[in-house]
Amino acid sequence: MNTATFSIITAAVGLAVMALFHWLSVDYAYFAGYTILQFIVLATAWNILGGYCGYVNFGTAAFFAIGAYSSVFWYKFHPLPIPLLIVLGAVVSGIVGLGTGYLTLRLRGAFFSIATLAMAVVFQTLVVNWDFVGGSRGAYIIHPENFELAGLEVHYIEYLFALMLLLAVIALATARTIERSRLGYGFATIRDDELAAEACGVPTLRLKLIATTLSGAFMGMAGAPFPYYIGYLQPQSAFALDYAVNSIAMPMIGGTTTWVGPLVGSILLGSAQQYATVTISSAVNLLIVGLMLVAFVIIAPNGLIGLVKESLRARRRS
Amino acid sequence: MDISWDLLLNAIVAGLLLGGFYAAVTAGISISFGMLDIVNIAHPAFVILGSYIAYYVNINLGIDPILVSIIVLPAFYALGALVYQVYYMSFERRGQESLRGLAFFFGLLFVTEVSLILVFGVDYRYVEAAYIGPSLHLAGLELPLRMLVPCLVALATFGALELFVTRTFLGRAIMAVSQDQLALQLMAADPIRIKRIAFGISIAVASIAGALLIIIQPVEPSVGRDYIGRVFAICVLGGLGSLPGALIAAFLLGVVESLTSTFYGPSWAPAVSFGFLLLTLAFRPAGLMGR
Repeated sequence: MNTATFSIITAAVGLAVMALFHWLSVDYAYFAGYTILQFIVLATAWNILGGYCGYVNFGTAAFFAIGAYSSVFWYKFHPLPIPLLIVLGAVVSGIVGLGTGYLTLRLRGAFFSIATLAMAVVFQTLVVNWDFVGGSRGAYIIHPENFELAGLEVHYIEYLFALMLLLAVIALATARTIERSRLGYGFATIRDDELAAEACGVPTLRLKLIATTLSGAFMGMAGAPFPYYIGYLQPQSAFALDYAVNSIAMPMIGGTTTWVGPLVGSILLGSAQQYATVTISSAVNLLIVGLMLVAFVIIAPNGLIGLVKESLRARRRS
Repeated sequence: MDISWDLLLNAIVAGLLLGGFYAAVTAGISISFGMLDIVNIAHPAFVILGSYIAYYVNINLGIDPILVSIIVLPAFYALGALVYQVYYMSFERRGQESLRGLAFFFGLLFVTEVSLILVFGVDYRYVEAAYIGPSLHLAGLELPLRMLVPCLVALATFGALELFVTRTFLGRAIMAVSQDQLALQLMAADPIRIKRIAFGISIAVASIAGALLIIIQPVEPSVGRDYIGRVFAICVLGGLGSLPGALIAAFLLGVVESLTSTFYGPSWAPAVSFGFLLLTLAFRPAGLMGR
């Protein structure tokens, strides 16, 4: 299947999902669906760097929060339409990704991971001290419940849901395009043996920087509409470690080498979390995510996709 | 600018005391990350676990937190050895430590934190001991005992570790494992066993660091995250695998952080370690005392 066909199919699936939710027309479905879609974008974004190149980013929350706070900044300064905010969030997070990558990627991989962890703390410090975007008190984002778009009365949460769905489609299509391109093969050489790749003339630093920038930009995109979704944003919720854990756990549980893994992982883990949050408690659901992450990396190193492939292979042999 | 010398001097001394404590937190990482090449980002979580054990025993039985941490040393050592065994069996042996090993430790960090939240809640906890509260006054200098005692204990721990690593056979074997595993095998020492012992020691030190932490400040489960940046910054700045380097770097970071919070406000202090880390990585990746 070539890239164009794939994109069309993904877009069609996206439209079908939209139609289904519109038909359901339940507010809670939009809220829950938005969260899961947001995780699809985050997990896919993480996987571009983590799964394809093998570099672990612990700073998902930082990139996400940068996107979110760039929206808060524009809301306070001069309100803009959300699609434009998404683009702006992507630019800022992309630049931060590039900068972090440039400073740390020339060294061993672990330094990059540590730097991303520390980076989250620093950006949180900056935001806490920045009164214009609300500081540690947080900021309220007020939007109407319904608004008019091209003569139609649109429900706001439905609008946000549609945007996030679009982002998820774009992220998945991008991830698959990368996978099948020269860029993707380059990434895979870095993951398998960086030294050998370098020796064969693969421009590893440039490829890694492309990956960090792309990955950061998608995380920023996922964060940009978040203030409008949540209504009240404070540093602690925007920089929550939950985002980092989820965006690592989801690809790890699904399988990191293809675009399917993060998708499967986010839908499974995202729905399970929605269910657990409603029925048990939000602290317990995070514990489940953590335990599943640890269990999966030990028992099923290639995720669910790897397990399925193995069982198929075993059946063929017998 | 009008800087009061008293204030400056006090900030520097407070920073040195803080640095001594940082050294204790970093000592474990210096061994696991610096010598064994295991990126144990869950280390601060073990420190917090130590804090909570010290807290629990102190509140219920009234035993001194530092004494508690020394009593539970063997338990922490066993925990560390166990974690290393799982890590070795699942990742190191298969050569997958970079991606999955990191995710594993990250998962451990998260699970520990969330479990502590479930058991103790998110309230700040603190311990009681005779030396929390009073201060020594020395020629205009204020030395709060709650900082001085942890600093001294930390330095003692650090000194003992340095002696152990440089003077004993086992300690030298740990240094050797970081340099040449094969050569160590030829000396009839099992590298895996050495690494297991070393990792156990690194986690055992976390128990002491945890008790010191809860003496210095009230603790809640997510406090550990603030220390991830700090300990790795100190470890990298000092030079990987160099204990004396880590000690100097810890004092340096403590002083700079203390000056920052005195003159710019405490909310800026967490950013200092990241600045240190980035500058070191950009200009001198080998660190101060790096090989």
